[in-house]
Amino acid sequence: MALRMKSSLDCGWQIVLLLFWSARSLWAVQPGGSTAPGTNIFSPASTPAKSIVDLSVFVLVITGIIFVVVCTLLVYSIAKFRERAVDAGREPPQVYGSTQIELAWTIIPILIVVVLFLATARVIHAIEDVPVSVGGLEVTAIGHQYWWEFRYPKLGIVTANELHIPVSDPNHPTPTFLQLLSVDTDHSFWVPELAGKTDLIPNHPNRMWMDPQRTGVFLGQCAQYCGTQHAKMLLRVSVDSPEEFAAWIRSQQQPAAQEAGVNAGKRVFETNACMNCHTVAGTAANGRFGPDLTHLMSRVTIAAGAAENTHNNLRLWIQDPSAIKPGSLMPAMRLSDADLDAVVSYMETLR
Amino acid sequence: MSSNALTIPGTQIQARPWVDQLHQWLTTVDHKRLGILYILSALLFLAIGGVEALIIRIQLMHSHNNFVSPEVFNRMFTMHGTTMIFFVAMPILFGFANYLVPLMIGARDMAFPRLNAFSFWLSFMGGLLLYFSFLGGSGLYGAGNAPDVGWWAYAPLGSRAFSPGHSSDYWTLALLVSGLGSIGTAINIIATVLCMRCPGMKLSRMPLLAWLNLVMAGMVLIAITPLSAAQIMLLIDRYLGGHFFDTQAGGSAVLWMHFFWIFGHPEVYILVIPAFAFLSEIIPVFSRKPIFGYPVMVAATVAIGLVSTSVWAHHMFSIGMNSYANSFFAITTMAVGIPTGIKIFNWIGTMWGGKIRLKVPMLFCIGFLFQFLIAGLTGIMQAAVPFDWQLTLSYFVVAHFHYVIVGGILFAIFGAFYYWYPKMTGRMLSESLGKWHFWFFLIGFHLTFDVMHIPGLLGMPRRIYTYEPGRGWDTLNLIITIGAFIQAIAILVFVANLIISYFRGAEAGNDPWDAWTLEWSTSSPPPPYNFATVPTVASRRPLWDLKHPEDPDSHYE
Repeated sequence: MALRMKSSLDCGWQIVLLLFWSARSLWAVQPGGSTAPGTNIFSPASTPAKSIVDLSVFVLVITGIIFVVVCTLLVYSIAKFRERAVDAGREPPQVYGSTQIELAWTIIPILIVVVLFLATARVIHAIEDVPVSVGGLEVTAIGHQYWWEFRYPKLGIVTANELHIPVSDPNHPTPTFLQLLSVDTDHSFWVPELAGKTDLIPNHPNRMWMDPQRTGVFLGQCAQYCGTQHAKMLLRVSVDSPEEFAAWIRSQQQPAAQEAGVNAGKRVFETNACMNCHTVAGTAANGRFGPDLTHLMSRVTIAAGAAENTHNNLRLWIQDPSAIKPGSLMPAMRLSDADLDAVVSYMETLR
Repeated sequence: MSSNALTIPGTQIQARPWVDQLHQWLTTVDHKRLGILYILSALLFLAIGGVEALIIRIQLMHSHNNFVSPEVFNRMFTMHGTTMIFFVAMPILFGFANYLVPLMIGARDMAFPRLNAFSFWLSFMGGLLLYFSFLGGSGLYGAGNAPDVGWWAYAPLGSRAFSPGHSSDYWTLALLVSGLGSIGTAINIIATVLCMRCPGMKLSRMPLLAWLNLVMAGMVLIAITPLSAAQIMLLIDRYLGGHFFDTQAGGSAVLWMHFFWIFGHPEVYILVIPAFAFLSEIIPVFSRKPIFGYPVMVAATVAIGLVSTSVWAHHMFSIGMNSYANSFFAITTMAVGIPTGIKIFNWIGTMWGGKIRLKVPMLFCIGFLFQFLIAGLTGIMQAAVPFDWQLTLSYFVVAHFHYVIVGGILFAIFGAFYYWYPKMTGRMLSESLGKWHFWFFLIGFHLTFDVMHIPGLLGMPRRIYTYEPGRGWDTLNLIITIGAFIQAIAILVFVANLIISYFRGAEAGNDPWDAWTLEWSTSSPPPPYNFATVPTVASRRPLWDLKHPEDPDSHYE
């Protein structure tokens, strides 16, 4: 018995070490250090995410103290009050309770709850009740099964899956305000390093904001189960310097490139079902069921981040979307090789 | 039946042919047999739900795994959640309540024995209906078979536009049918506790298990009703052209969320309060002391029951409620931690100064205390609304509620098995197999669910059938999967123990644990009428009074 207890204790230590090793991954990306895209909630780059980390550290400290205190009591009482061989047959003193002790362990938790609540309410107010400021950028994010539509109403830009927003200088803040809508089921916008998540619910407009303070790419994905391909409804947020952002706006505001060499592909696009769902601004294609393709080649990924935007992936995606994203609502087009090459060439001119 | 049952002339039970025995079991209205039927049906569904969990874990073992298709994965997590909540946790707890409440209050059966049988068969048939979807769910559309809308079936995903075929209908009807069964059982428990107590058993002398099940039953009435109403509304939407949750026609997705969680959160306490009940019986006996602060334990339970009906929207912090609503649900959620904390302190107070016997039932209870403490603290983190905006819908939440349901409730249920199995069968469960079961399960549990918090903090959402490499999630998920298999081994040891001990276990006798409540005063297993003469009690621990006539509890109460 003693041996078995010891071996299970050893095993317990190994688990603790393993857990410690696992938890280390939380500190692998230090705030402000590496610019590799990550999704660590403890590596915030924007005010809402930062105030959440501040609150969470406070809550973690308090709950940590409670854990240590209660755990110590528990372990002590097990160790100290185990039945020993000499005790056999004798019952311990029968104690039924104690009003003073009961009062103590009622009042102390009440005080802790009051403190935690006040800290929480302050941060709720600070994040949620921020008015839309004049200098801010307004973007409408619309959830679709299984991709994101981004519309910049004041700039006349429509894009998909890859959100571009300007970096915000704390001295001259340029926050981004997102209006969140959904055309079908519930979704949730979650880019952990920029802000907490907010759902996109049909018939229930929501909003959220972020003011990223460093440039780079931030990753995230849909967090509310929305159907078959919920897993591959990925998000990329590109936080641009003011110059990059201005340049991006200028290029997105252009109508689609019209190159004579790809007329065959354009014809394939416009005589097949493609144009029912996709828009290419300045042409007859004005469908809104699928992503706007006017500037498709300005995006790094296709299929809501499921694949890189390369020639082969585009070809595969058009011919057999389920090879990349089974359950996606994009139909397999089953084009002839010639038509497929033509339409891919056309896509590749939409910069 | 066992040879040590009290033999009353003319009631000697002969061995009967198996058809006869089967007929007796199928038509029984005896609370003990129905309790065992509840427990056996729950174990069957536990095995099924466990296999679904393993399929989920194999698929998530590494990024871009192709073990199952996204459609199958979505069915697996929907069925896993629905099965474990409605057809494992609730029936197993109802089973113990059915078996134990009449015995502990000195009654000969539940108040409404036939309603009891009706309720069990409704619940069980509800489970069969849910699983029949694998055969009948495709409908005419060639759509998916089993439900794949998640165990909350958030609107409008459950509407016909997004869930064609009949898979969601099986989910809806299964919950509706088993919900009616739950309501029947709840009414029965309330009536039994209030009306069937033996002479001398005032409410203030009732074992805590009966008290806690009374509160639980009251909460079932409050919680299951809106769920059933919502299911009927969903059926109206799907088949009669209603628009309650049809967002395309002005319906409200948020309305469904409120309906679901006003059921869903009290449901957590419906499951955990009976687990508290097991602890409140087992810890005193294995610490050799009465429960510390009995009146406070009762008051804390009632307080949990009341407060827990006003916390439901903490499941909805990400839906864009205004800051006042968010603050309200933050304070109520934190407040429910106070009576829960009091309970943990009282259990420790019971152990303090006692002579603790570390038998298997007590080991599971200690596991409960440790894990439920952590589950409560991660719950407090999520009550801090802004923190929850990061944590909710991520693997952190999945880890948190499995900590509650597996680390807490399931551990307590295992403790209850080891404690009351001798009463139910007349045989002791093997102590050494029990220790193997405990340590394997403990190690597997911590490998899986401790580690599972971390991918959540690293941005991994729940309910995804696969994930991208390079997010730092791969190794963690592999460890989680390994832990799941260790838990599966522990469950096999447990089932082996149940079967082997039934035939080879040591004879239990009436009172193997030297315990104090009335069920230990009758034979193991008890005769159909429970007590040859209805007992009379003078204190909360009638058997203590019998064993210690020099120092009975009745002197102090």
